[in-house]
Amino acid sequence: MVNKRSSPWLPLFQERCVALVVWLAVGLVTTLFLWLVSEIVLQGIGVVSWEFILSAPQNAGRDGGIGPMLVATALIVGVCLGVSVPLGLGTAIVLAEYTNENRRLSQWVRRSLDVLAGVPSIVFGLFGHAFFCLFLGLGFSLLSGGMTLACMVLPLLIRSTEESLRAIPREYRLSAAALGLSRWTTVTRLLIPLALPGFAAGLILGVGRAMAETAALLFTSGYVDRFPTSLLDSGRALSVHIWDLAMNVPGGNSHAYASALVLVGLLFAINLTSSFIADQWKKHALT
Amino acid sequence: MFSINTLSPSRSDYLLATVLRLCAVLSGVVLLLVVVFLVQEAFPALRHVGLVRLFTDDSWHPTEGLYNLLPMLWGTMLVTIGAVSLAAPLAILSAMFCQFYAPVSLARWYRRLIELLAGIPSVVYGFWGLVVLVPMIGNLHPPGPSLLAGMVVLAIMILPTIALLMEASLAAVPQEYLHGALALGLRRWTMIRNIVLPAARSGLFASAVLGVGRALGETMAVLMVCGNVVQIPHSVFAPVRTLTANIALEIAYAFGTHRSALFASGILLLLIVLGIVVVADAVKPRWTYGE
Repeated sequence: MVNKRSSPWLPLFQERCVALVVWLAVGLVTTLFLWLVSEIVLQGIGVVSWEFILSAPQNAGRDGGIGPMLVATALIVGVCLGVSVPLGLGTAIVLAEYTNENRRLSQWVRRSLDVLAGVPSIVFGLFGHAFFCLFLGLGFSLLSGGMTLACMVLPLLIRSTEESLRAIPREYRLSAAALGLSRWTTVTRLLIPLALPGFAAGLILGVGRAMAETAALLFTSGYVDRFPTSLLDSGRALSVHIWDLAMNVPGGNSHAYASALVLVGLLFAINLTSSFIADQWKKHALT
Repeated sequence: MFSINTLSPSRSDYLLATVLRLCAVLSGVVLLLVVVFLVQEAFPALRHVGLVRLFTDDSWHPTEGLYNLLPMLWGTMLVTIGAVSLAAPLAILSAMFCQFYAPVSLARWYRRLIELLAGIPSVVYGFWGLVVLVPMIGNLHPPGPSLLAGMVVLAIMILPTIALLMEASLAAVPQEYLHGALALGLRRWTMIRNIVLPAARSGLFASAVLGVGRALGETMAVLMVCGNVVQIPHSVFAPVRTLTANIALEIAYAFGTHRSALFASGILLLLIVLGIVVVADAVKPRWTYGE
């Protein structure tokens, strides 16, 4: 870091150039973002209406709406959360609170979850097809799809919950022990309420991941586009609907735009809620 | 009520510990199940076709008993390499912008934008690529659905993830280093080049590697824009098919050895991605300190 400048203006010139490149890159990223979003909003907004959102598709999706897809998506996400939330919460508590009793167990579980987090979604799809659809005999159903997604979001959910449990000061646990509270009371009355915001943020991210997922659902929940009547029915998620309209239905583009607009709108709302909760949590956690 | 609990560990505590441990075991078993079922389904192909023939057969014609995965493997590799080499430089610049160039309020807005971008589903990126990018490339050099389209769409898709991770690793550079640089009167770029980037090197590398993992496993975006022709591409304008797209396209009607070969390709994909994750993990411990 010795000053050996041959001429005084060269470093300054370099400095300016790099700054220019940085601003250009950011401009490019922003432009791409605006291009993508405006394309979807402008092309989709004309089709979206209450009727589009509520009614069933006709003519392979070229006409009609996306009602059944929204119901199917909601049910799949519901099943996914119903399975992954209790499992994730329990596991996170073991990983964060019961470390001494279960060192070997938590080490193994943590490593296995780290690996699970890296598994590509299409591989989850293969697994779900082989295990839930065929081995457990659930067939192409919302239940199979939801449980496949549950396996997928489990690592995410556990990690965020564990982090928020670990962020609780040690003194709280010591005071609870000093007061003679049972483990049950400590966990249910103290730790879970305190970790709730972090857990909620992770949960919402998980919902986002589940709603955005397509590849894992293609051959677990199938793509029947009727209103599902039970969890054992096959149902088409909104993301699968977009894919089907874009690839397999000539003339399906306008409805694909509109479906994409609805999906992206929902995801943006979820994303903003999640970062809002995280912000609030950070503010309170400081005290 | 509490005093009873302290005298002897209560029943509810035992119950709680058991239930929780059961949850943890179940969570741990998921990976085991995934591996067991993939291997079980892939076993017929590995036994009848054998590992060697998956790479040396004349072509991929499952109905005629030819199972060469090599063209798809090339497709996956090329799309991934292209996407990461497009996305990584942009991501570093984005991260530098947020940490060192932008005014605080602008950085916050830009970060929020990147977060939103990270939340857009891959099928929407694929759709955008299909209706906007593919026709543009088609005008430039037919046919349109191509390796290039896959690279660009995938690059845009993984950019936000890499950029967020890279910014975190730039932010992890100890403040003392920056204060020292400021005290020495270093200019911004001099400081970034000589102090920040070397200190954050391993973190930046790990972020890029995670981007590679993400790109390798992506299905929908490449399925929609790459053209899905089984061939080793001779130019960036040639259509390709990736391993992931191959599974998504054929599993619906595949049976017997064909189906089993698809599961084998799933295992191959899993192994590649896991190798990548291990590499990223091996680099990560030096995250904050550099050298």
